[in-house]
Amino acid sequence: MAKPLVAFYWCASCGGCEEAVVDLAEDILKVVDAVDIRLWPVAFDFKYKDIEAMPDKSIAVSFINGAIRTEEQEKIAKLLRQKSQLIVAFGACAHLGGIPGLANVANKKEIFETAYRLTHSTANPKGTYPKTVTDIPQGKLTLPEFFDTVKSLDQTVEVDYYLPGCAPPPDLIMKGITAILEGKLPPRGSVIAEEKALCETCKRNKSKPDKLAIKDIKRISEVKADPEKCFLAEGIICLGPATRGGCGERCINANMPCRGCFGPTKEVKDMGAKFLSSLASIIDIEDEKEIEKIAESVLDPIGLFYMYSLPTSILRRKHGV
Amino acid sequence: MAYKEITIDPITRLEGHGKISIFLDDKGDVAHACLQVPELRGYERFAIGRLAEEMPRITETICGVCPTAHHTCSGKTLDDLYGVEPPPAALKIRQFVYNAFTFEDHNLHFYFLGGPDFIVGPDAPAPERNILGVIGKVGVDIGKKVIDIRKRTRDIIQTMGGRVVHPVHCLPGGVSKPMTKEIQQEFKRTAEDTVEFAKFSLQAFDDIVLKNKTYVDLIVGDIYKHSTYYMGLVDDNNKVNFYDGWIRVVDPEGKEYAKFKVEDYLDHIAEGVESWTYIKFPYLKNIGWKGFVDGKDSGVYRVAPLSRLNASDGMATPLAQEYYEKFYEVLGGKPAHNTLAMHWARLIEAMQAAESMVQLINDPEILDPNVRNMDFQVPKEGKGVIEAPRGTLFHHYETDEKGRLTKANLIVATVNNSAAINMSIAKAAKGLIKNGQVNDGLLNMVEMAFRAYDPCLACATHTINGHVPLQIDILDANRKTIKVLKTV
Repeated sequence: MAKPLVAFYWCASCGGCEEAVVDLAEDILKVVDAVDIRLWPVAFDFKYKDIEAMPDKSIAVSFINGAIRTEEQEKIAKLLRQKSQLIVAFGACAHLGGIPGLANVANKKEIFETAYRLTHSTANPKGTYPKTVTDIPQGKLTLPEFFDTVKSLDQTVEVDYYLPGCAPPPDLIMKGITAILEGKLPPRGSVIAEEKALCETCKRNKSKPDKLAIKDIKRISEVKADPEKCFLAEGIICLGPATRGGCGERCINANMPCRGCFGPTKEVKDMGAKFLSSLASIIDIEDEKEIEKIAESVLDPIGLFYMYSLPTSILRRKHGV
Repeated sequence: MAYKEITIDPITRLEGHGKISIFLDDKGDVAHACLQVPELRGYERFAIGRLAEEMPRITETICGVCPTAHHTCSGKTLDDLYGVEPPPAALKIRQFVYNAFTFEDHNLHFYFLGGPDFIVGPDAPAPERNILGVIGKVGVDIGKKVIDIRKRTRDIIQTMGGRVVHPVHCLPGGVSKPMTKEIQQEFKRTAEDTVEFAKFSLQAFDDIVLKNKTYVDLIVGDIYKHSTYYMGLVDDNNKVNFYDGWIRVVDPEGKEYAKFKVEDYLDHIAEGVESWTYIKFPYLKNIGWKGFVDGKDSGVYRVAPLSRLNASDGMATPLAQEYYEKFYEVLGGKPAHNTLAMHWARLIEAMQAAESMVQLINDPEILDPNVRNMDFQVPKEGKGVIEAPRGTLFHHYETDEKGRLTKANLIVATVNNSAAINMSIAKAAKGLIKNGQVNDGLLNMVEMAFRAYDPCLACATHTINGHVPLQIDILDANRKTIKVLKTV
């Protein structure tokens, strides 16, 4: 029997998802044995027209990482959708928009102004900005258009499965690949990780009192976090209650709180809003003024509650800019 | 005059990340050649409003191959922002993790990315110039050794930093957790093995590359030579340091041109903007931007392994120093302007990283449970520098009194090299294309010029099989394709 065709494609990403694939170590040889990696951009000639010429649905599965930031990425994502039976959003940027999705607090104009004019070391007396077409004596140099808004993969094409994480841990990558190869697929739309929140599997959960109650919010830089205790019980923002489990509590093992790279649990759309409601329920203050004070002490709700998921939040981006 | 345009569109992984355009005049000689970086993500803008202590987690996603460099540099910037010196154990943990990272990243480049050019050979068919080709050449057992040492050094980052891709351990004034005795024992074994592995790699380089006259000629040949300024971090004795020290710049003759602390970096470096690419072009401010030219009168400088060796008076550890001496002996003195010698320099640095790991992990102080200094000053401005594997990396934040960012500046390692990479590509193109004759070898030769820098255009070239798939479309004056060349 012919081996299934597999494609890997990389959109606006940092290369960390590729490192995660290399981190499969010896397991990667098993994968190479089991599938025909027909379209691995890093390994094979990969032209738009070559994929276009393939019959529809001829690729068994395409793994796509990175957010969608340019027209070109959008075009290739759509083409791969047409040619693939399954699309897997690989990693936090494809799944949620990721940290580069925080760029949705600004628009293209503001980003350009900062990068090419306002930054400390930039010397740009003529006010030059990159543009899509530059005439030079020998011809024209072109650049792709930069979008105002960062999008997740499923805001561009339909996605069948999600491998979450920044970057996805190797054991989950293998779990996902094995499930596909063995045809033991979970329901379409599933995120290949735990169903429950991170807190459920967190080793520190047992230190959590039956009823969490905090009187103030502390910044991680201002306290020495007890390596055994629940961060929230100590008043440190940890997105565990709103974040899907399955990461192996990697950050918590380093004594740092969760920032939500696995995205929301099932049924939850907006993880920041979900977290806020969890947070509100544990604040042990009655006085309204005091509550206001504690709310104000969260100095950057976007950065803390939507670090990885601004483009897929209800808000999606800053409006009116 | 009518011109022909050749686009080396680094298709696939590089699509959207880098594109080489070459224009021929009507005689068929190269009139213009450049590398365009068609990508920008805007970190300096969306950093504004974020909490300072979250910056090590945010900025590291600029690069998933060198996240530890951004993460640690950001941590150092926060030390400066809050005016705190981390306790000795915290500094040692950061440096131990950082050397483990430098070691594994340099090996990744040598065995997976750049090295295959030499180990398998620059003339080998492209499908063989990859990690599998390397294994074929050196043997399966060695291949397993490469995978094993990568895994164990990355385990160090994972254990101390939580995640290996995007670690989380750095905080202002220290790290998030101390090291235990049990972990130390395991890491001691790993550290010792890295030294043996570094020796093995250098021996392999000696056997495969240095004993082959063709390769040596390629390295020292004019096509891959640029006489520029060099920048690198050095310690008080002017020895290479990856984590901290003085930023030292030497001129094309090897004389010290400047030596300064990161606090003063704006007195020495400025970045220009061009309309045809999203990447900026840093240069030495006091010399000025004179365009894409080398020499003493041009402000163009280079960073990364070769530059660090050129900008220093030696390596900080004994074995690495021995190799350093041999390096300059073979290349005919300091500074070495040979871009391809970068691969060799990288292995010598891997040796220093390995030796430093042994020193740090055997220091009893590394076990001290005090890993945080929280004696913070009111934050206002912080600057940090580190030697990322691909060169000097600068972070600079301004905040309000609550530590919320109001301004940020990032000069990422590869950006420092952006002018030099353009020059190297243009030189290779000019050397290889004459009278409209486009040699098929051009692809690989241009690719090698580019890859020696290990450029991190959003980590675009960090490909598992070790080469950038390229296509050159040769168009006539009417933009009709007359010839297509491919690496694959």
